[in-house]
Amino acid sequence: MTEAVTSLFFFSVEPKLISLLLSPCLHPCPVTVTMSFVVDSVIMFTSQVFFFGFGWLFFMRQLFKDYEVRQYVVQVVFSVTFAFSCTMFELIIFEILGALSSSSRYFHWKLNLYVILLVLIFVVPFYIGYFVVSNIRLLQRQKLLFACVVWFTFMYFFWKLGDPFPILSPKHGILSIEQLISRVGVIGVTLMALLSGFGAVNCPYTYMSYFLRNVTDSDILALERRLLQTMDMIVSKKKRIAMTRRQMYQRGEDQSKQTGFWGMIKSVTSSPPGSENLSLIQQEVDALEELSRQLFLETVDLQATKERIEYSKTFQGKYFNFLGYFFSIYCVWKIFMATINIVFDRVGKTDPVTRGIEITVNYLGIQFDVKFWSQHISFILVGIIIVTSIRGLLITLTKFFYAISSSKSSNVIVLVLAQIMGMYFVSSVLLMRMSMPLEYRTIVTQVLGELQFNFYHRWFDVIFLVSALSSILFLYLAHKQAPEKHMTM
Amino acid sequence: MASLDRVKVLVLGDSGVGKSSLVHLLCQNQVLGNPSWTVGCSVDVRVHDYKEGTPEEKTYYIELWDVGGSVGSASSVKSTRAVFYHSVNGIILVHDLTNKKSSQNLYRWTLEALNKDSSPTGVIVTNGDYDREQFAENPVPLLMIGTKFDQIPENKRNEVLTRTAFLSEDFNAEEINLDCTNPRYLAAGSSNAVKLSRFFDKVKWYHFPVNIITGFTDRKRFNFKSLHYD
Repeated sequence: MTEAVTSLFFFSVEPKLISLLLSPCLHPCPVTVTMSFVVDSVIMFTSQVFFFGFGWLFFMRQLFKDYEVRQYVVQVVFSVTFAFSCTMFELIIFEILGALSSSSRYFHWKLNLYVILLVLIFVVPFYIGYFVVSNIRLLQRQKLLFACVVWFTFMYFFWKLGDPFPILSPKHGILSIEQLISRVGVIGVTLMALLSGFGAVNCPYTYMSYFLRNVTDSDILALERRLLQTMDMIVSKKKRIAMTRRQMYQRGEDQSKQTGFWGMIKSVTSSPPGSENLSLIQQEVDALEELSRQLFLETVDLQATKERIEYSKTFQGKYFNFLGYFFSIYCVWKIFMATINIVFDRVGKTDPVTRGIEITVNYLGIQFDVKFWSQHISFILVGIIIVTSIRGLLITLTKFFYAISSSKSSNVIVLVLAQIMGMYFVSSVLLMRMSMPLEYRTIVTQVLGELQFNFYHRWFDVIFLVSALSSILFLYLAHKQAPEKHMTM
Repeated sequence: MASLDRVKVLVLGDSGVGKSSLVHLLCQNQVLGNPSWTVGCSVDVRVHDYKEGTPEEKTYYIELWDVGGSVGSASSVKSTRAVFYHSVNGIILVHDLTNKKSSQNLYRWTLEALNKDSSPTGVIVTNGDYDREQFAENPVPLLMIGTKFDQIPENKRNEVLTRTAFLSEDFNAEEINLDCTNPRYLAAGSSNAVKLSRFFDKVKWYHFPVNIITGFTDRKRFNFKSLHYD
C-alpha cells in the first residue's frame, strides 16, 4: 500500500509544478505554442526513459534473477513494451489534471498508440516466432524464413478474431487503426476478465483462515516416513535390476543386442528368465516412482498449509483474515452486478465518481464545489486503479514466470508475458473510460476511434461471470478432494 | 548387504542443468532420450568396482539421489526436500557451463544440504553466509560437474574453464566438465573416468559417526582410512 501512496505523490506533485510553470505561456502565440510543444515532448520523453529504466531493472532483478541474459533484444523489447504502456496511463492522468497543452496531449496519444500497436502486432510476435524456431533443432538453417511463416500465421488468426464479434461499423477501412485496436481490445479484455474473475474468488479463499485444513506435525512426519520408505523400496529394487543386468552382461546375454529378424524370432520363442524378471521389476519400480512423486507433492502441500496456519495466528494473519471477509462480500456483489448487467442488458451511463458526488449532494445535502472535487476524486480513483493493476499484473507475471520457465524457454516466455502485458494495458485504457467523468472521456474516444465501447463492457461482464463461477467450482472441488486424500492413508 | 553398508550420494544443482541426464549416464551408461522435470527426488544405482584392478577389488552399490528443484523454492518445498538430506556420504554438485548463475547458486545448495546433516559433528552454519574455513574442515566429499560443455562457444572456453577451476578450488573438490549427451567423456581410462572412480572410492570410506555403541569400530576405521587417503 505504501508504494501506491508514494507513486500517487509522485504523480500529483510533478504535473502540478509543470502546469504552474507553463501557466504564463498559455496565450496562443505561435512561437510559444511550439515552445510549449517542445517542453511537453521533453517531459514525455524523460518520463518514458524513466519507465524504460524501471522495466529494465524489473527484468534483471526479478524475472531473470536465476538466468543469464544472453539475448539483450528480449530485455529491450520487454522494457519498451512496459515503457509505452505506462506512458498511456500517464497521459490519462495528465488528461484529468489538465497538465500540458491539449494539442500536444493529442499528438502524444496518437504517437504512443501507433508505437504500441506496432510493437504488439509486429515486433513481439515476430520475435516469439524467431525464438521458438531457434529452440527447435531441425529448423536451425532457415530461422528467419520460418519466423516469418509463424508471424503470418499469427496475423491470419489475429484478423479472423474480428469476425464473430460486432465490434466495428462498416465505414472503417481495412487498414485503419480501429481494426487493430478492436482486436487487441478483445484479447486484452478477455484476459482482464479471466484474471479478475479468478482473483475475486481466490483472494478471499486464500485470506480467510476458515478454509484452512487442520494439519498436525504427526501428519507430516507420517507422510515423510512413507516417502522415505518408498524411496528405500525403489533403491532395493534398482539394486536387484543392476545386479541382474550385470550378471547377464557377464554371461554375454545382453538382451539389448537382440536386433534383426532372427533376433526377434528368438526372443519370442525362448526368452531367458532373467529378462522377464527384469521387466516385471521395472514395472514395479515405475509404479513406486509415481507413488513417491505423489507423496512428495502431498508433503509439500501439508507443509505449506502448516505454514499458513502459523501465519494466520500472527497479527498480520488476523488482519488479512478480516480483509478476506470484506473481499468475499465485495466479490459476491460484483458477481451479482455482472449478472444484473447481462440479464437486464444495462450499461452504466454515469461513472462512479459523478454518481457518488450526486448521491452526496442530493441525499446527504453536503454542498461543495463539484467541478473541483470531481477532478481530484477521479484522479485519485484512476490513479489507484492504475497503480494496483500494474503492480498486480507484474506480481502475477513474475509468479507465472517462475512456475513455468526453464533455461531453454525463458526468452519465449518473457516475450509472451510482454505481449500479454501490452494487450492488458491497452484494454485497461479502453475500460477505464467508463470510470472517468464525461469531460475526460472525450480524448480517449477521439484517439481510439469510434469503437463500440459498450460491447467491451458487456464482454467483460460475461467473461468475468464465467471465470468467477468456474473458479468457485474448481476451488470447491479441490478443497473437497484434499481431505479425502488424507483419509485413505 | 547390511543397511549400514549403504552409500548415498546427493546430486544437487539448479533445475535444467542436466542432473537427470547425468545420473542416467552414470548408472545406465546410456544417454537419456527424453529428459523431463524431476518432481521430488529420483534415485538410481551405480555399480562401482572399488579399487578396480587391484587384488582387493570389491563391488559396491552407490545410490545417486537426484533432488529436483531450485534454490529459490518456497520454504514448504525446502523443508520437504530436507528429508532426503539425511546420512549422506558424498555430494555431486552439478552446474551448467553456459549459465553463470547456476555455478553461483552451488554455494547455496551446499549450505542447504549440509544444514540438514544429522551427524553430531555436523557443520554449524553461521546465518547463511558461506564460510570457506567451514568447507576446509568439512569432510563430506564433493565433486563438481559442469554440463553442456559442447555448447560453450570456442572463444569463451578458456574464460569459463578458469572460472570453474577457481570454483572447484573453493569447494576443495575435483572438477569434471562434460556433455551429458555424449558418453565418450566418461570413457574408461579417460582422466574424467579416473576422477569419478577416485571420488566414489572416497565416498565409500566416508562414514559419519552413527552412534557411539555400534559406530565404535566404524570410527576407528574412518580415522585410519582418512589418514591413508588424504
